[in-house]
Amino acid sequence: MLSTIFAILFYLATLVMIVGLGYKIRLYALTPAPLKIPTTPAPVTRRGVVLRMFKEVAFFESLFKSNKWTWLFGWIFHAALLLVVLRHLRYFTDPVWFWVTWIQPLGKYAGFAMLAGLIALWARRFLVERVRYISSPSDHLMLILLIGIAVSGLMMKYVVHTDIVALKAFALGLLHFDWQPLPADPVLLIHLGLVLILMFIFPVSKLLHAPGVFFSPSRNQVDNPREKRHLAPWAAALDANRSNNGGDS
Amino acid sequence: MADYEKIEINTLFEIPALKPGVMKDSSPYVAAPAHQEALGFPGELVDDWQARAIEKFGELLKRSRALRVYLDGCVKCGACTDKCHYFLGTGDPKNMPVARQDLLRKIYRRYFTFAGKYFPKLVGAEDLTKEVLDDWYSYFHQCSQCRRCSVYCPYGIDTAEISMAAREIMDHIGKGQKYCNEILGKVHKIGNNLGLPEPALRDTLEGLEEDIEEETGVAVKLPVNVKGADILLVTPSADFFAEPHVDGLIGYAKVFHQAGVSWTVSSYASEAANFAMFIGSYEQMKQVAERIRKAAIDLGVKRIIFGECGHAWRVAYSFMNTLAGPFDFLDPDYPVPQHICEFTWDLIEKGELKFDKSANDHMTLTFHDSCNVARASRMGDSPGGQFEIPRNIIRAVCNNFVDMAADTIRESTFCCGGGGGLLTDDLLEIRTKGASPRMTALEEVVEQHGVTHMAAICAICKTQFAKVMPKYGFGMDRVVSLHQLVSNAIILDGQLGSEPGTDVEPVENVAGA
Repeated sequence: MLSTIFAILFYLATLVMIVGLGYKIRLYALTPAPLKIPTTPAPVTRRGVVLRMFKEVAFFESLFKSNKWTWLFGWIFHAALLLVVLRHLRYFTDPVWFWVTWIQPLGKYAGFAMLAGLIALWARRFLVERVRYISSPSDHLMLILLIGIAVSGLMMKYVVHTDIVALKAFALGLLHFDWQPLPADPVLLIHLGLVLILMFIFPVSKLLHAPGVFFSPSRNQVDNPREKRHLAPWAAALDANRSNNGGDS
Repeated sequence: MADYEKIEINTLFEIPALKPGVMKDSSPYVAAPAHQEALGFPGELVDDWQARAIEKFGELLKRSRALRVYLDGCVKCGACTDKCHYFLGTGDPKNMPVARQDLLRKIYRRYFTFAGKYFPKLVGAEDLTKEVLDDWYSYFHQCSQCRRCSVYCPYGIDTAEISMAAREIMDHIGKGQKYCNEILGKVHKIGNNLGLPEPALRDTLEGLEEDIEEETGVAVKLPVNVKGADILLVTPSADFFAEPHVDGLIGYAKVFHQAGVSWTVSSYASEAANFAMFIGSYEQMKQVAERIRKAAIDLGVKRIIFGECGHAWRVAYSFMNTLAGPFDFLDPDYPVPQHICEFTWDLIEKGELKFDKSANDHMTLTFHDSCNVARASRMGDSPGGQFEIPRNIIRAVCNNFVDMAADTIRESTFCCGGGGGLLTDDLLEIRTKGASPRMTALEEVVEQHGVTHMAAICAICKTQFAKVMPKYGFGMDRVVSLHQLVSNAIILDGQLGSEPGTDVEPVENVAGA
């Protein structure tokens, strides 16, 4: 019964996440950017923009310019989260990919780094007056959610072990539509339940910053407005009203 | 309004403690029905303004990816909270960029997102009420759209885009700003922001010709509506008469004269400024930009050069090709448009201008990067040319130049406090307070390096500084035009007082310089 509920929820959450994110990404991609608004100095080539975006996504370059503490906590959290997520691939691959095996030792420490980063980020929401002012309940809840995921995960690693073999069978069963029983450990259920919530809210929350950054015109546009005419479809329609000599419009 | 005859300057950039609501009542005069209707907006606040605002909001979301992504993507990290000059100057938390954006974002969430429709309290979504509209009107007119916050945002969220959208919505429900909308009406009707008609323009420029000839003995011309001229100069109308702007215009004229190029201004497009950018109206911005296209075609020029003006250069450099292009009828050997600094620096690099740098020895200069030039445009071929070229020119014509603190110049430059349609007396309080970070940085180089003057390349910066600098204990003549420095130092052929025998060789007239 429990296994069935969780299996269905995981399918549902995956569907919501994929369809929801797909819808948002499609919307971002299809909505035109009518004007050239890169924050300058900006790259003058497409290749330069790829590099700028890479530095932004991999190293949080702008945040580094802004505030070293926020950068440090934020970067540690995101980098650790990435490692932790990659580490979890071992539950979905059989045999486990070689590089996933390699990062296992790192991934263990990453769990603590992730938690430390999250706690520091949350502390800012109380301690820094300006950040306290701009925080909504959802900003706190998002951090609580992530902290809950990190703590329950670390608990299973270091305090109350769960049946990893059975868990892996459950995960692989989901992938192959061959459902297997899920170990009924409370900590595991909490961990998975929180992850489910995270997946469900991804497309309707500020987690949209992840796909959004790639569509930010101030970061992804090439600085070449004089060389190349940039024109949105709806704006091109306005040109139709212009007489050929460009004069009396 | 508060009294600030002399404002004490912090020696450090202190982040102020929050003072909620202190600037709540700082809002500009509302546009009169005549000003609104001239631009096709409702004359006054319409009865069903909530519904109309949401409808317009929905339209804008479909038109602008930036708006959509920026409203969705903020994680409230706080990186921008101490970056706005208006926040630093006032301490009002709604002047923190993220909080300013949230004024619009909470309405976006309430009406356009799942979370805000069903869990408004959780995500800080709110109904569009009269109180919210009042906040919009106050605080979206306390943003100079300078983009400093955008530099520091990990997603590049640009509050300028948000405040432009908010003003566009307010215009469409009948709550426009008098200053911007009245001025746009003048541009459409007369051709420039000041409402200066052709005879007055001719008269003014003839007067300047006489002044130059009297001073130098050289007949430098400032031509109007000359068909077949090579270059159309489009410059902010303040250059025609305001101080220190006009000294910059004299500088352009001398450079053109010495380069031997034929040039003209147009009385039809006698204004570089495009205030439509401030109110976020693409249609208005296009209409204003099309005047320049028409003037260029009617006069049969080969090139377009813009004078010293920050937001005008943003519209010219970044948007004009989009709004009024293609400019395939102009000479393809030159960028369209060119900045006057690009033109002058090119001549200096080629060694075609001669200077007596000692003419500026009575000054020690620093340079104020104008926000729109620094963060929304470029000069020259490589990124950052907008910082190097003006400084190169200053170093070529002055002996004494010192930069202000690194986190207050180049891409981190502070707005003068008067940009984005705020350069009006009814907003003098926020303008004065918003200038404080720049004044603090200036004070530092004045004390440490004996800086006497600050050069600028923006009509708004110049007017703003001339107005607010006295409140910080500086003389209003401490701000100078960059081309005023060029004008002081340039040696014209046959100029009075250029000693015979000194090494002033006649420069060949190179039409394509």
